[in-house]
Amino acid sequence: MISSSHFAVRESQPELPTLRIAPSKGWVPLKLNDLWDYRELLYFLIWRDIKVRYKQTALGATWAIIQPFLTMVVFSVFFGHLAKVPSDGIPYPIFSFAALVPWTFFASGLNQSSNSLVGSGSLITKVYFPRLIIPLASVFSGIIDFALAFIVLLAMMFYYGMMPTLNVLWLPLFLLLALVTSLGVGLWLSALNVEYRDVRYVVPFITQFWMLATPIGYPSSLLHEPWRTVFGLNPMVGVVEGFRWALLGTNTAPGPIVAVSAAAAIGILITGAFYFRRMEKTFADIV
Amino acid sequence: MTDIAIKVKDLGKRYRIGAQRHAYRTLREKLNDAALAPFRAVKSLAHTNGTAKSNGIEGQNGRNGSSQIGHATLNPAVHSANNLIWALKDVSFEVERGEVVGIIGRNGAGKSTLLKILSRITEPTEGYADIHGRIASLLEVGTGFHPELTGRENIYLNGSILGMKRAEINKKFDEMVAFAEVEKFIDTPVKHYSSGMYVRLAFAVAAHLDPEILLVDEVLAVGDAAFQKKCLGKMGDVAREGRTVLFVSHNMAAIENLCSRAILFDQGAIAFNGNVNECITAYMDTGSSTNSSDVDLTSHPARDLGALPLLKRVRLLDKDHNLKDRFVCGEPMKIEFSFERPASLGNPQFGVGVNDWMGARVFSITTYFSDSSLPALNGQSKVVCEIESLPLAPGRYTLSLSMGTLETLLVDNLENAVSFDVESVDFYGNGRVPEASFGRVLVRSRWLAVPERLETK
Repeated sequence: MISSSHFAVRESQPELPTLRIAPSKGWVPLKLNDLWDYRELLYFLIWRDIKVRYKQTALGATWAIIQPFLTMVVFSVFFGHLAKVPSDGIPYPIFSFAALVPWTFFASGLNQSSNSLVGSGSLITKVYFPRLIIPLASVFSGIIDFALAFIVLLAMMFYYGMMPTLNVLWLPLFLLLALVTSLGVGLWLSALNVEYRDVRYVVPFITQFWMLATPIGYPSSLLHEPWRTVFGLNPMVGVVEGFRWALLGTNTAPGPIVAVSAAAAIGILITGAFYFRRMEKTFADIV
Repeated sequence: MTDIAIKVKDLGKRYRIGAQRHAYRTLREKLNDAALAPFRAVKSLAHTNGTAKSNGIEGQNGRNGSSQIGHATLNPAVHSANNLIWALKDVSFEVERGEVVGIIGRNGAGKSTLLKILSRITEPTEGYADIHGRIASLLEVGTGFHPELTGRENIYLNGSILGMKRAEINKKFDEMVAFAEVEKFIDTPVKHYSSGMYVRLAFAVAAHLDPEILLVDEVLAVGDAAFQKKCLGKMGDVAREGRTVLFVSHNMAAIENLCSRAILFDQGAIAFNGNVNECITAYMDTGSSTNSSDVDLTSHPARDLGALPLLKRVRLLDKDHNLKDRFVCGEPMKIEFSFERPASLGNPQFGVGVNDWMGARVFSITTYFSDSSLPALNGQSKVVCEIESLPLAPGRYTLSLSMGTLETLLVDNLENAVSFDVESVDFYGNGRVPEASFGRVLVRSRWLAVPERLETK
């Protein structure tokens, strides 16, 4: 008898759980409770990623700031100053930086998680744990970088004399949206990357095109409705416009965009998670 | 019924191997495949006869064992034309609660595959296994150790990877540190540890796992003799505490001491299941076959990604040209390569890297850096490398093999493709036997008193 459920745990005796190990077929359940059981491992992997990253680089935490900051400078000079791209009536540097901070979080999470499984080959072939933890840890470990860049963002707001409104309470939600998007795409790409190693070369292109398709250097108000809302299908549009709205008080009420973005991001996350689980059984054999 | 800890029923695991197909594919290949599929269908129709014929020949050679490209080490239980091999087939057994069962067999007999399935690293292809109780597996010591992190940090990281809770690690932390004897260096990054300290720390974490069922794969073959003894002692404690243990090892003495029963695997199936001593005897009989010193490299998993599979086979031989996988210190050794040489390739160069059990390179020998260069080859498909005297201390070593040309450098490379043991012997000719703790290399030396007048000069 071959059970089609993947490692189903059932209780046969009061204190001893019975684990059935049998081949699984096709789509398998996500088993989020399994993930919850391993939350401490998730915590330690995030902690390791952060610790090692800051130990190994000479500039350490400074990288988290340099990257978005320099991009902002370049954008400000070329788009803001020379090309005179509109910025919803806000000083261009802070207009673009408010978008670059969540963008950098998203892009580095995407990049790290796409390569995470292949980079953890030695773990995957030696010990069992829910594999979802690996891309999860790589996305979450970007939080510290985000926090550092965010402090710079606050400092810039102070410099430009901008006070956040009460809208700022919504900010965690937009950060969550960026995280969900990053994780969703990361799940797809990391699982694909195990089987098709050229995914690694595709990721920089994806990030590059995605950046251009996100209103970072320009405002989404350049588009007219309904296209502006359709633009929200790119979840990062919702994130970026949400950040600007919450922090800088742009009057581009982002409601419909954010709703569309959230739906798109959740869609990517759910399909990504199921695809990942489906491919999971092959990881140890080919990674 | 209530006493069964592990029940394995008709378990099988099939791997796809193949020279034409790498372990992973690239999207480009996949896209090419899709685009060319219609053409290939036509082509295969036209070639049906030819393929059938060549398959027939290969199958026959495989059976007779007379083929130049033997199927020795991957020893598939079933070998089909489309490169599927059964690493494990129709395996059924039960383990009672509190039993310590030894799993023995030659390299590639399916032992590790079994442990990987039971520890949920990989899925079986058929059959099932029921596990009653909390299970932990130890397929390697130090999984997830990071060189930049301190001993303390690595204990927490490694412990949580092995499935320990943080509270549990807190509780056992001091005990682990004491067991590893690294108290003074616990806050030093492990990259500064000696290999001995590293292994001790890694094992200390593993030894304090506290599951009801423990799967252990060959991890005791590490560290110096004294530490190995300590580890075996710890394993003995675990066994006496009434925990269920599945223990894979090549160390027959350990199997004999620790296990109440043993299972012998051969070619992916159970060859013997029962009394430990009888099982070891049966294992020694399979030992006369030459599996681990005659390795088919055509589709070896150790091949570098993207390497051309030119090296076909490697054999370890003694001075009389007999296959051998156990050498003694100072013994002559021959490494024979069979290879394929595409016309486009220049004169081939070969290299052998000798690695210790930790994967550290002990030394390398190559045709390029050698006192006798390889003469130009015309048509030969075999070369042999002769080592006059193995300068290795007792222990297990693996060989990494490479083939290249002076122009293109590395063309084929396999890391740790074949392993052999070096055993103690009276290397120095004085009745004293070298130990593993001396380091990896044995060097003959002369000791002289320096005459007074030379010293003052």
